[in-house]
Amino acid sequence: MNKLSVSLSPHVHTATTVQSCMRDVLIALAPALIVSFCFFGLGAVLVTLTSVASCVIFEFIIQKYILKVTPSVSDLSAIVTGVLLAFNLPSNIPLWIVIIGALVAIGIGKMAFGGIGCNIFNPALVGRVFLLIAYPVQMTTWPVSGSMGYTDVETAATPLALFTQWFGAETPEAADAIMAQMPSALDMLLGTTGGAMGEVSALALLLGFCYLLVRKVITWHAPVAIFAAAYIMALICGYGAYGSLQMLLTGGMMLGAIYMATDYTTSPMNNKGLLIYGCFIGILTILIRRFGAYPEGMSFAILIMNGFTPIINTYVKPTRFGVVKAAKK
Amino acid sequence: MNMKTFKLGGVHPAANKLSDKAPIVVAAIPAEVAIPMAQNLGAPSKAVVQKGDKVKVGTVIGEPGGFLSSYVHSSVSGTVTKVDVVPDATGKKVPAVFIKVEGDEWEESIDRTPELKKYITLDKQQIIDKVKEMGIVGMGGATFPTQVKLTPPPAFKPEVVIINAVECEPYLTSDHSLMLAHAEEILVGVEILKKAMGVQKAIIGIEANKPDAIALMEEKAKAYPGTTVQPLKLKYPQGGEKQLINACIGKEVPSGGLPIATGALVQNVGTAFAVYEAVQKNKPLFERIVTVTGKSLAKPSNFLARVGTPLADLIEAAGGLPKDTGKVISGGPMMGKAMPAVESYMVKGCSGILIMPNEEARRKEASPCIRCAKCVNACPMGLSPYILAKYSQKNILDKAEEERVYDCIECGSCSFSCPANRPLLDWIRQGKGKVMGILRARAAEAKAKADAAKAAAEAKQEPAKA
Repeated sequence: MNKLSVSLSPHVHTATTVQSCMRDVLIALAPALIVSFCFFGLGAVLVTLTSVASCVIFEFIIQKYILKVTPSVSDLSAIVTGVLLAFNLPSNIPLWIVIIGALVAIGIGKMAFGGIGCNIFNPALVGRVFLLIAYPVQMTTWPVSGSMGYTDVETAATPLALFTQWFGAETPEAADAIMAQMPSALDMLLGTTGGAMGEVSALALLLGFCYLLVRKVITWHAPVAIFAAAYIMALICGYGAYGSLQMLLTGGMMLGAIYMATDYTTSPMNNKGLLIYGCFIGILTILIRRFGAYPEGMSFAILIMNGFTPIINTYVKPTRFGVVKAAKK
Repeated sequence: MNMKTFKLGGVHPAANKLSDKAPIVVAAIPAEVAIPMAQNLGAPSKAVVQKGDKVKVGTVIGEPGGFLSSYVHSSVSGTVTKVDVVPDATGKKVPAVFIKVEGDEWEESIDRTPELKKYITLDKQQIIDKVKEMGIVGMGGATFPTQVKLTPPPAFKPEVVIINAVECEPYLTSDHSLMLAHAEEILVGVEILKKAMGVQKAIIGIEANKPDAIALMEEKAKAYPGTTVQPLKLKYPQGGEKQLINACIGKEVPSGGLPIATGALVQNVGTAFAVYEAVQKNKPLFERIVTVTGKSLAKPSNFLARVGTPLADLIEAAGGLPKDTGKVISGGPMMGKAMPAVESYMVKGCSGILIMPNEEARRKEASPCIRCAKCVNACPMGLSPYILAKYSQKNILDKAEEERVYDCIECGSCSFSCPANRPLLDWIRQGKGKVMGILRARAAEAKAKADAAKAAAEAKQEPAKA
């Protein structure tokens, strides 16, 4: 007879593992991945493959040869970082830039802090922001949807760039001319606009959101807080009711709110904290978009709030059972 | 009635109620029993028999060893062969009375007629005395001496009796089969409990995966005004006392306080049945229904077993220990204790024996915390297990106390839900034990200071009087 195991209770466990969580995120990203291939063709395929392969290889090399620990690439988290990084990039970006971005994302954004679970900032965003600052021209030339090639693509101003121009227009006629070029909210929902590969189709990303909620990978708190706070802030900043809706559907808002802000390691550890965190991300995104030098504010807003996550965890505690608030005397 | 559940946290382990259709089988009386003297929470009982004594079923063989203690009665008739130590479910050696079985002769005072006795002749205090005399303890597993629970401190006003028929642990079906077989006796037991507590209302909480029991109890409860059945949504740990009170009456037991502070007196449905047998049939507690179950077991069963029966006998009667056995658990898979060996004996608090196959028995390797907060969302007490585990691991006990580690009910929901397989509860249990020791020491010191101050104040007055 076998020896009996005498570990402590509980003696059963959920089927959910780190790997199954990451797999679910990849499944949720599948609609957006398919859209990116359909709208941006060869460029999307090359950039995505390079990003994923680089992230996985760099994580493996760093873990095995520099840190000398057992590589944990089988938990699929490097693949998720690779896909998210690719989604932030234009489909015609030189591949050597993608590789550098992956090295920064994994090497600095994740491994330097201690690996999975230890990083303070979202690795994909660390990579993206680094690339934005190091290679501003390549990182701000956006192909339009339907540009299926890799090198020879048609580029145009993104909706966010148009909004910035609109606010800065000298005359009402100039403002109207700019607004005439603006894609409709429906275009933004479906993805028939220009922009980063994974960000254009809000609908595809929202489908993934539903999947993540059903599979209980994330809760609704951070994304809903971001959308609500961003919408209200946009109204306050003068985008108008329709314009504020467009603010939610364009740029990195969907991708950031659903997939970046909800990253386990870098977001608060209870629902109250997530609501506060989401609120500030929404507010900061609109403020940066409206008043900052860059047309896109989501990446910076999330990174800033990632920095606040530890303090949110310290001061915002979950609702306790059986704790009666002291009556005010 | 609308389905309710408790508010915070909770997880959904696979129910695996393999034995829920199995009728109750009366287990064979063994040739020799070893009845442990420690079958209750609190002080162990003191053996009052010795080698050579003749006993019948129901003879007192152990007396309470303190205020928080119980009587133990013989479950067989025969001769006491020795008073020696046996391993309990955790392997710890505890004293037990060994009896060589001769026939099955019961004490004459026990009423063995099967008819339902509905009318309660005893008054409130007599009921509580009888419950103590008959050795009744909490049958949900905690084995709290029932006579102590039925006499709460006078500051608390009981309002409702809540019967815990939830059986939220996977695999276990002893409460389920008890309800199907003895619904009316349970309801009379509930009436007795109501009378003992001086209340008119009782709520029987049953989880939704027992629709036959819910239907039967609802039907029979119509004859007992004031008693209602509350169907509950499936969620672990619904059978936890604090969670059950929250689900049934919406109140929260204050942190550090007693459940009776909410006005609710909770008793397991098996205890209610034992109270009926004790008060109406003068029958002490010496047998109970135990589920013997497991995926590889030939016949998952519900046995009516006498205390002192070797557990190996019960496993044999369920088809024998399977070849691929990796773990034998006393209790359910969420909170039960893994036994180091099968050589142990039936006790009042053992509601289930779960045989786990090898593949499920070994823990998976832990990996770093990914900060997913699934443990926080799972905790029914609103705690943050990841922080408690870290503080307990690093022995930062003042912060652990600040984070309310003493509120942990050790349900295991956190360890269950961790995707990184981190043994959170292992660490939290350690930290909780240490912090509770600190709290006890602090309370004792405060009490000693208060006593000393009182004595000093009295000493000052003495010379004035003289």
